[in-house]
Amino acid sequence: MNDHDRKNCKALLGTLSEYIDGELPAELCAEIEKHLEGCENCRVVLNTTRRTIDLVHAPADEGVPDDVRERLFKRLNLDDYLRPIK
Amino acid sequence: MINSTPHDFSIEALRAGDRAEFARMVDSYSAPIYRLGLKMLGGAQDAEDVLQNTFLNALTHLPDFEGRSSISTWLYRIAANEALMLIRKRKSNVNLEDLQTDADDDNPMPETFVDWSALPENELLTGEGKDVINAAIQKLSESLRVVFILRDVEGLSIKETAEILNLTETNVKTRLLRARMALREQLSAYYGERTTQKENQ
Ligand SMILES: [Zn+2]
Repeated sequence: MNDHDRKNCKALLGTLSEYIDGELPAELCAEIEKHLEGCENCRVVLNTTRRTIDLVHAPADEGVPDDVRERLFKRLNLDDYLRPIK
Repeated sequence: MINSTPHDFSIEALRAGDRAEFARMVDSYSAPIYRLGLKMLGGAQDAEDVLQNTFLNALTHLPDFEGRSSISTWLYRIAANEALMLIRKRKSNVNLEDLQTDADDDNPMPETFVDWSALPENELLTGEGKDVINAAIQKLSESLRVVFILRDVEGLSIKETAEILNLTETNVKTRLLRARMALREQLSAYYGERTTQKENQ
């Protein structure tokens, strides 16, 4: 990799997060995509960063364990509202 | 993620001490707050402390809640502070590495370039895979960790994350990039090896 490429990679990586979040202007996106076409390393970093974010995202249906909820309600003196969930 | 909008709750009723309304609020926000505690501190007992302290604190301060931010932002802020306080209490001395992360303006360059992103989810999220992810989150400095959890685990916006943590949006973005890169590097070390093994079979 020559110095010119490395500099471009560094610039791309600095904007990667915002690129993934779709927060960059179209012009800059086009520039990034042009670099990505010719740079496998940056493509790999992009793909694996996206996948990393996917993997950590919390599932929407995850609740608190029943015993944790029960102790919480007792601590808050909300025992009266401690109906069985669902 | 919190699905209900803040308008689901009557702020008047909450401030007036309506217990049923408070219980409803507790049920709506318990899951994300418990999860925040778990991911910030890594242990179930600490997560439960964060959860209980957050709502005890909310109960005390509800009369002062002016509704300038949403209930969600307000509760997340209390929870994030509880978690950070607990982390600091657990630490016997100042973590120098942590201070350096914020002082150092240069982002570390990636080192692992194996593309494991096409591995199916059931191969990535095995019990061991989940442990690796959680351990990697624990390795982030707490100032990066809290941003990463709010934005990428909970899926809050940059703006809301900034509001919760009293940071500028630029600051949130900088920390987020660093956190994502650090996590990617760690997951790549683990999953990359599995991808290479698979290709060699
Ligand atoms: Zn590149």
